[in-house]
Parts: sequence; structure tokens; C-alpha cells
Amino acid sequence: MNILVCVKQVPDTNEIKIDPVTNTLVRDGVPSIVNPFDGYALEAAARIKDDAPDTKIVVLSMGPKQAENALRECLAIAADKAYLVTDRIFGGSDTLATSYILSRAIAKVEELEGAKFDAIFCGKQAIDGDTAQVGPEIAEHLGYPQVTYALEVKSAEDGLHVYREAEDGKEVIGVQTPCLVTFTKPSFDPRFPTIKRKMAARKAQITPLTAAELTNIDPAHAGLKGSPTKVKRTYVPPRKEAGVVIKEETTEASAHKLYELLSKSHVI
Amino acid sequence: MANYNPVTQEILAELEKAAPGHVVTGADVNPDYSRDEMPIYGTRMPDVTIDAQSTEEVSAIMKICYEHNIPVTTRGAGTGLVGGCTPVCGGVVICTMRMNKILSYDLENFAVTVQPGVLLQQLADDALKHGCMYPPDPGEKMATLGGNVATNAGGMRAVKYGATRDYVRAMTVVLPNGEITRFGGTVSKTSSGYSLTNLIIGSEGTLGIITELTLKLIPAPQATVSLMAPFEDLEVCISAVPKFFMKHFRPQALEFFEKEILISSEEYLGKQVFPRKIDGTDVGAYLLVTFDGDSMDELDPIVESASEMLVEEGALDVLVADTAPKLKDIWATRSSFLEGIEEQTKLLDECDVVVPVNKIASYVAYVNDIKQNYDFEVKYFGHAGDGNLHIYACSTEMEEETFKKQVDQFLGALYQKTVELGGQISGEHGIGYGKVHFLESAMGPVNMELMRGIKKVFDPKLILNPGKVCMDLKSK
Repeated sequence: MNILVCVKQVPDTNEIKIDPVTNTLVRDGVPSIVNPFDGYALEAAARIKDDAPDTKIVVLSMGPKQAENALRECLAIAADKAYLVTDRIFGGSDTLATSYILSRAIAKVEELEGAKFDAIFCGKQAIDGDTAQVGPEIAEHLGYPQVTYALEVKSAEDGLHVYREAEDGKEVIGVQTPCLVTFTKPSFDPRFPTIKRKMAARKAQITPLTAAELTNIDPAHAGLKGSPTKVKRTYVPPRKEAGVVIKEETTEASAHKLYELLSKSHVI
Repeated sequence: MANYNPVTQEILAELEKAAPGHVVTGADVNPDYSRDEMPIYGTRMPDVTIDAQSTEEVSAIMKICYEHNIPVTTRGAGTGLVGGCTPVCGGVVICTMRMNKILSYDLENFAVTVQPGVLLQQLADDALKHGCMYPPDPGEKMATLGGNVATNAGGMRAVKYGATRDYVRAMTVVLPNGEITRFGGTVSKTSSGYSLTNLIIGSEGTLGIITELTLKLIPAPQATVSLMAPFEDLEVCISAVPKFFMKHFRPQALEFFEKEILISSEEYLGKQVFPRKIDGTDVGAYLLVTFDGDSMDELDPIVESASEMLVEEGALDVLVADTAPKLKDIWATRSSFLEGIEEQTKLLDECDVVVPVNKIASYVAYVNDIKQNYDFEVKYFGHAGDGNLHIYACSTEMEEETFKKQVDQFLGALYQKTVELGGQISGEHGIGYGKVHFLESAMGPVNMELMRGIKKVFDPKLILNPGKVCMDLKSK
């Protein structure tokens, strides 16, 4: 099986501080990490490879040259090969432009690798933008079926069985390949890289894909110019108060409790 | 035993005047103040507790207690493991937790001045914001710095950076008679008479009460990498330890542990971090090593050759943690070993002997050999890099009295072996109340008399933390 994992390098939001004056994120000196959800996608691919060692895992990212570090980390963990889409004209892309560029880059990588990908794995969202749009949009550009919020994936004869997070438990969805799956946080973390993989990743060749190579991209749909979304303002949303969960023994009792609480707080 | 007076209403009124609003008595006393983390050594409710707010307040309290011959025990967060802050004679407990301010940084001299109730974690985090590291790193991050200094706490980074003692520049101390004095200075060396600073460090609250500390910092390392080396069995794992030093690797931390202790910690934290199998082989023990430096470029070759050495020494593989989340995961697991053990056992006793690094393997073999003679379970792990082993006796089924009796024999044997191998009976936890009778046999009468002499110079009425370290309750 051939799996492509899309990863994004993001600032470690645990380390981020808010500028009290401008109310924006202070990114200076904040370390960069592989977007955690993309790490889960990579681990899911690695688990398929554990069972089927002839599986090939390719990682793809878009960003400045520094994003190579994130790709090297993925190579150290489980990936066999890495590509970086990098060009100034792609800068400022919104989710639509990004997913368009990535879908075209995927076609290019398939051409270079000489094989189609059976599955594209993505994190459900990046922790810096939190849009959760890029994965599903890539699927739309490619015309692939998609399953979101996956926890784990198992390879099956007829495609993939995706264990998906549902409101009240898990559901299993069968999906035909080629397909796209986005991952949420499972109960396990990505594995530790071994020293051998780490050393190999340090020296590995990361293939850059610039606009010159990606001739299948229409520049009118890429970068700032090709992005219909305009960010007018960013701000930190006010912290929501925790809600109250009412879970009495019966529905009637829960309704009673709700009534009691609402009338106590003079809502009704 | 010294004859102490009870705390009368008149004395209470004096104390209330000295520390208005902070004096608690009778049923209002928090039961936490009757013990530390090892209630097996006994608990005792104090008559009075005072959450002190300042050096002057501590001094005023001590003057009253000195005059009236009232025993006084100082405590911080109570995370000690030898009953060191248990007020075994009752009397007054002074808690320093409210004196919890980081007072000032002197970045030209790499020093920070703190009150004794500042928590280790609080200082570690705050120092990082100033680009500095406070190197001592005991597992219990919620301990106070006053307590760390009083026990000369060690911790994981001691192998490279030394223990708490190496980071104390100066201190303000209230003596048992209430006098306030200052020891040391913000200097990097001194040859100015006996080191009173060093007498207070590790004195476990028996000589004076620390009310302010000036601690040494270092520039924070810019790069940190941890290596996790799983081994099939403990023996092979431990025998790799001395190689780190022979090959001049200078690890920041070097820890070993068996799988069982790891599992209890992971269960306690609810997260599996370490692999239990490598290429189909069950892992029996782990070696965890950290290197730090100015850049990854500096560390890469060290990490590579250390890994090569580990594989040559029989490691099943070498796994790398060089990202913040991975480092946090493995060290949080390592730091929760004690909590993991505590959660799974009803009766618990422990010791933290320290032996020369090249003797760890034979010491562990000895522990494994004698543990069969007892009904409790024996678990251990250790700061392999400095020969400091934490050995636990655990039981949920045994009767407490039988457990205590057997543990006493077990510890006696362990301490004897420690001395035989040229070690010391406590590496970092101290003697407190629980180990007093063992210290005498390890130190010998001459050294014990020297210690008692020092105690009497500082505390002629023996009112400060009675029954601890070198003075049992019968000592005069």
C-alpha cells in the first residue's frame, strides 16, 4: 500500500503567549513542531506498515525551507520519503488555495514516485489555524471519498476500515481506496524515532517542489492572489465558561433537573 | 530526652502577638502537619501551627519557644520521605509555605534570591523565563526550596550538575534562640572559616530555620536530547552505566529501572509512553539518558556515539526524544515512579542508598538475593549515573507490625552492604526520624559525637526538630 501523509509545521501553541497590547499571538522565539494531529496520521500509517512491511509512506508539506525540519522528524518516526512544496508565490494561500496546490503536488509526487497513492492521511486540523478545511478540500479537489475524525485505520481487502470518533463511542466505516482520511487524537502517541532512523533522516534528501516543477498549477488559484478568504482581524476568543452536564437516571429526572436549574437562575 | 514545656494559654497569647492571625491550635490544626509522605514512621499532631510570613516573624516565634522550652519543627510542602518534618514531640510547627516569593534575580552573578516556600517547579519555570536553569531536579517538583536545601536534595541531573548543596550561595537563618544571621555570599568561592552554609544544608531543620536563600543559576542549555535504551534484562542494563563515564560522555541524567515499576507509573498517569517490546523481544529494563548542550550540532555526535556504545553493550535499540512533548512524556513518567508505587501499595518503606557507580551491579545483585527472605515485594530504580538507588518494600497483605519488623531487618542488611561497598546510607532523602538508628551504625560513635556536638552548639536546648538525624528522643 502507498500512503501519503500531509504534515504542517506549526508553532508549539503550548509555548505561545498573547501580546497583551495587540491581543495577537507572539510567535517570536516559539519553537516549531509537527502539527500533533498530523503526527497521529503518520502513526496510523506506521501501524499499517507494521502489519504490512512493504507499505510505503511518503510525507508532503508546504511551507518555507524551515519546514524541512518537520519533514525530517517524520522521516525519523516512520516516513520513507519526503517532499516539500515551497515557493514564494504560494505564500499567503488560504485553505482553498493550499488544498488546490497540495492536490496538484500530490499528482506530481505520484508521477515522480511512479505509483498512485492508495490513501492520503491528514491531521483533522492544524493547531495554529484550526480550520479543519484543508484535508477535506484536498479530497474534493481529487474527487476522493473521505472519512474525517479517524482514530485508527486498518487495511482491509476492500479498502480501509476506519475507526472514527463519534459522539457516543466509535463507529467503523469501510471506505474504498483511493481515499482521504483525517485523524483526531487517538489513545496513543506517535512512536519514538530510533537512533538509526534519526541519523538517516538527518542526511535524507528532501525533494523541493517549486512552481517551476509544479507546472500543473494555475497561479491564479495559488498564493495570496488566488485566495478568496481575506483575514481582516485575528483575536483571541473569550474563554467560555464550562457547561453543566445533566445526566440523571432517567430522561424525566434529567428534564426535572434542567427545569430546576433554569428556574433557579431565573431563565424561565 | 530534653524536658519540654506544654504550650499554655499564656504562651499561645505571646505567639499570637508574634504572628497575628497565623496561629492555629487544637482541632483547627490541619492533620497534614502531623506527617510527611511516609506516615509509616509515625504521625503526631502538633499543638500549634504557624504559617510564617517573614524572617522577623520566625525570629519572634523562636524567641518565645526558646524562652519557654517548646519544641519546634519546621516544614515546607511535607514531601519528605524520612519523617523529617513530623513533629514527634508535638509543640509548634512553623510552615514556610506562605513565604513563597521569588525576591530578585542578579543576572550579572547568575543568582536568584527566594523565600524558602517557593516550590522547585515555580523556580525552574521562572528561571527559564530569564534564560537560566536551576540545575537541581528532584523528582518531587512540588517540594519547597527550603526543604530541598534542608535535605540537600539531589535528583535526576545530579550526575552532571551536582546536588542542591552546589547551588546554595547564601542564606538567612533564624537560630533556635531567635537570632537572625546570614551565612555565605553571592561569591563563587570562599575560604573564610568553617562553612556554616554547608552545615545548614542537609541539616534537616535541626540547626536553624532557613528564611531566605540565594541560589546559583546557570545559563539554560539550548538543546536537550534524551535517549531511551530498552534492555532484555536489568543486569546487562546496569553494566552499561560505567561506560558512560569511561567514555567521557557527561550525561545530564542517567537513570535505570525495571519494567514493572515503569508500568505502575504509566498506569498512575494513564498513558503508555515506553515500548514494552522491541522487534518481538520483551523489554526487561530501561536505561534513560539525557544530554544537554548549546546546540543540536554539538549534541548530535555525542548522541550518535553514545547510542553506538549502548547497542554494543546489549541495548535492544535506542530511541530518541528530542521534541518538547516527547521529553515531557518520558520524564513525567520517570518522575511519577513513587506515586505509581504509592497508588498500588498499602504499606511502604524505602531507602535511598548511594554506592560507587561501579558497585551498582553487585549491589543490585545483593538486593535480589536477600529479598527472597522477606514477605514484602521489593521494587527499585535508581539514578544510575550517581550510584543512588531507591529501594522500596511494598505490601498490601502484611500486618503492619510484621511488615515493620521485617523491613527493619531488610534495611539493616542493605545499609550494612552499602557501608561495605564504600557507600552512604542516604543519597538525597536524608535521615529524618525514620533512619536515625541506622545512621549511628553506619557513621560510628566518633562521627556521631561530632554531629551531636555541632547540634548542641546551634541548639543547646535541643528544641529544634527533636528526635531527628543524629539525636534520637533519648539523646541529651
